[in-house]
Amino acid sequence: MQYDEKRLTRIVATDCGSTTTKAILIEYVDGEYRQTIRGEAPTTVEAPLNDVTKGVINATQELEELARLKYNNPNIKFMENGEFIIPRNGDLGVDAYVSTSSAGGGLQMMVTGVVASMTGESAERAALGAGAIVMDLIASNDKRMNHEKIERIRHLRPDMILMAGGEDGGTIKHVVEMAELVAGADPKPRLGSSYKLPVIYAGNKEAVSEIEKTLSEKVGLIITDNLRPKLETENLGPARDKIHDIFMEHVMQQAPGYNKLMEWTQGPDHQQVPIMPTPAAVGNIMQTIAKDEQIEVVGVDIGGATTDVFSVFTEDYVFNRTVSANLGMSYSISNVLASSGLANIMRWVPFDINESELRNMIKNKMIRPTTIPSLLEELVLEQAIAKEALRLAFEQHKEFASSLKGMQRQRDISEAFSQSTSGASIVNMMTLSLLVGSGGVLSHAPRRFQTVMMLIDAFLPEGITRLAVDSIFMMPHLGVLSEISPKAATEVFRKDCMVYLGTCVAPVGKGKYGKPALYAKLELPDGSVFEEDIPFGEIRLIPCEAGKVAKATLKASSGLILNAEKAKELSVDLHGGNVGIVLDTRGRRPFVLPTEKSDRIKYLKKWMRELKAYPEDILV
Amino acid sequence: MIVRKERILPLKGKVLVTKGAKVKAEDVVAETLLPGKVVPFNLANKLGVTPAQLEKYIRIKPGDQITKKTILAENAGLFGLGIFKSEVHSPVDGEVESISAVTGQVLLREPRIPVQVKAFLDGVVTDVIPEEGVVIENKSAYIQGIFGIGDETTGELKMLATTPDDEIDAGKIDESCRGKIIIAGSFVPYHVIEIARKHGVKAIITGGIDDQDIKKLLGYDIGVAITGHENVGLTIICTEGFGKITMAKKTFDLLKQFDGKKASVHGHTQIRAGVIRPEIIIPMEFDESELVSKEASLPVLEIGTMVRIIRQPHFGTIARVTALPEELTKVESETMVRIMEAEFDDGTRIRIPRANVEVIES
Repeated sequence: MQYDEKRLTRIVATDCGSTTTKAILIEYVDGEYRQTIRGEAPTTVEAPLNDVTKGVINATQELEELARLKYNNPNIKFMENGEFIIPRNGDLGVDAYVSTSSAGGGLQMMVTGVVASMTGESAERAALGAGAIVMDLIASNDKRMNHEKIERIRHLRPDMILMAGGEDGGTIKHVVEMAELVAGADPKPRLGSSYKLPVIYAGNKEAVSEIEKTLSEKVGLIITDNLRPKLETENLGPARDKIHDIFMEHVMQQAPGYNKLMEWTQGPDHQQVPIMPTPAAVGNIMQTIAKDEQIEVVGVDIGGATTDVFSVFTEDYVFNRTVSANLGMSYSISNVLASSGLANIMRWVPFDINESELRNMIKNKMIRPTTIPSLLEELVLEQAIAKEALRLAFEQHKEFASSLKGMQRQRDISEAFSQSTSGASIVNMMTLSLLVGSGGVLSHAPRRFQTVMMLIDAFLPEGITRLAVDSIFMMPHLGVLSEISPKAATEVFRKDCMVYLGTCVAPVGKGKYGKPALYAKLELPDGSVFEEDIPFGEIRLIPCEAGKVAKATLKASSGLILNAEKAKELSVDLHGGNVGIVLDTRGRRPFVLPTEKSDRIKYLKKWMRELKAYPEDILV
Repeated sequence: MIVRKERILPLKGKVLVTKGAKVKAEDVVAETLLPGKVVPFNLANKLGVTPAQLEKYIRIKPGDQITKKTILAENAGLFGLGIFKSEVHSPVDGEVESISAVTGQVLLREPRIPVQVKAFLDGVVTDVIPEEGVVIENKSAYIQGIFGIGDETTGELKMLATTPDDEIDAGKIDESCRGKIIIAGSFVPYHVIEIARKHGVKAIITGGIDDQDIKKLLGYDIGVAITGHENVGLTIICTEGFGKITMAKKTFDLLKQFDGKKASVHGHTQIRAGVIRPEIIIPMEFDESELVSKEASLPVLEIGTMVRIIRQPHFGTIARVTALPEELTKVESETMVRIMEAEFDDGTRIRIPRANVEVIES
């Protein structure tokens, strides 16, 4: 159900996170939707309050108070007797209340398939796209013995299981065998034992009757369309929808207070607006924006425990999401060190530090996750670690966001000699238009320049890419809002959610430090002109305000290209931002830092100084 | 203080003690039987028939009790005369769970596994949750660690350090430490842990430990902080953190005061979703009427409160709060944070982020 601006003039949206419930107020004022006020309160899903709506009421009360102050109107009121007043009538009430939720650990799923890299991966994609954390993928060919698989299923305690396997008319035996293992394990749901564990079957339709025979007594079996009906087709929609339905019907019902919350979320005509898992809502808004602006987008949310990466690529706007469950800045920080290795972290640090001191510092952050780097050196180290966490999460994402594996492709003669195969990543940094960061280390960095540096060093954008951060992590709210009003969601996204940092220009190819790399002439909005032949291995930062555009003429030197069409010369408009326009001639594919330590430190300091990332005294 | 511990079975079972009973840490208070391991077994393949044919040869049905001698299926042999007849025996003792005509697979379940829950601390059973477990309370001296490895254990405390910043010498650990919980000062290196292990020490309490020593001990690096189930022969509890850090004087003094007394300790640590920290519980003599626990309250940061600094600079030191300015303040890293002003014993003053201190309860 969708509503226009006549019916939606004031909306409250909340995101019930595991620690904080964040509420925002969206209003239609002067012919446009704006996010006007925000409030927050601790989430109350756990003891002693055990009722998520208490946190929602507290956060909404803060909104009310701030709204009264802002409009100098003591009569403004959104709730009465602990419930929302819907629809709005003058000062009283709101036209809609919508919400997302990741409280209580979010949605945790296990998925199964026959071949791990084919139906297994499709099932994983469906679950991740629906906003779940995939605890494990169990496949017929995953090299574990059957008894090990049973043990694993028994110990996981997911919220639900998604089973895929077999194209329609394909294998029955392997799919049924997997069902037998699930039945044998007799898995129990994570929350409460008063209901049977929901198991969604989205595999070979010809195996349905056998699957029913095997599983219907043991679990809450739900049958839906095959998510991989043919090897060359993925049909994730029905499975994703079922996951959302069950998330609402079963999982959320078990969480304290959610019954009430589910009744609260509604539009102006009292039609229910389902609560969405937070990451699913973020995926929603990213797809809406990509389609609306016809661009390719990558988004990242780096938290204390996990890092989520979202992307929308290709002309079909294919959406992918990955969760790197053990890459984060506090709880999982020590795992970043274990995964990337010390050398990879140290390559971003412009000073010497004793190895064991660094290791112990990282472990101390892990066991006391709420501490803040008070010393500048510690901030530099945390940001170096963040670059590696982001890089690793993005690598996992690139690998996962691929074309379907296992297909036979017809090739024409021009492709016969190229290396492209099925299963290649669809993430193309050259065609990427917008890179959005969010999460504490990016959104709350003391200097926005540091955010730009972390995004560029971790993601290595190619060609011309705009950079932004989500100001207050509003994407979840806007994602669920887009279900009832895409117009409101996209307007607020552009005006209030995104903080544009600027644009990165990075020619792709190899070069030698000090040799010519890029001629750039930028005519800036204030009438001034930047013009330089920039050598290889340099960074330049040219200030250009948000909302302004610089007219650029770019010429790449030999061995370097500027866009997907391999252009060596371009005349383009470059968007400004809070930081400005970054010209990065350090090369790509490969991007290499100087191997000699003293050289590397010299260059790091030079780049950091140019980017104004840190105070001068740490860079001398 | 009054310590209250729930001792709950992983699955429903039988509670063995009654309300009001006095128990010792080693006593079993509840027990149950966990379902046995499921063993999948492809019977059709073993017999060399198709899954659909299996029905003709099978000798068992779901629910049957089996032993390793049980014949699960047999064929009639050549020409049905029993020549070259093959029989398939069960690989395990247990029960038949299910038989599939699609895959030819049978699932066999091994016998149930008994699980016992011990009291863990000397005390009184103050509540019984039928079929699930009990609540045990006592009056104890109580210390919370910051990080640990290894499971629950009990033993007598043995103070080996002379001062809180002491690093104990390996020579101090001998057979007299067997079965005991030893207390080091600021640091315990790998070779000392090795010697403690050799002499059957049950647990080590230390201020700090080196990250690489933990890795050597476990054989892997700890990625996320969920610990407590490692099996390295002893339990280790850090009271301060990683690196060489002087043990908080209050902790040291308390442990010294109870030198020679029995304690219950564990290394369980979990930072996310319901924080769990290692514990040192030293039961004291008490009267049952004393078992009224104070209402739980969050420690308050106010002027005069003693705090421990938990991040550089001044990591591990103690100071007294002198001011709590409201406004956000820029610290050296240029982060804008709420800070506090504090004073050390020697009168020097500092300003640090409030997030980087822990309140010491008086």
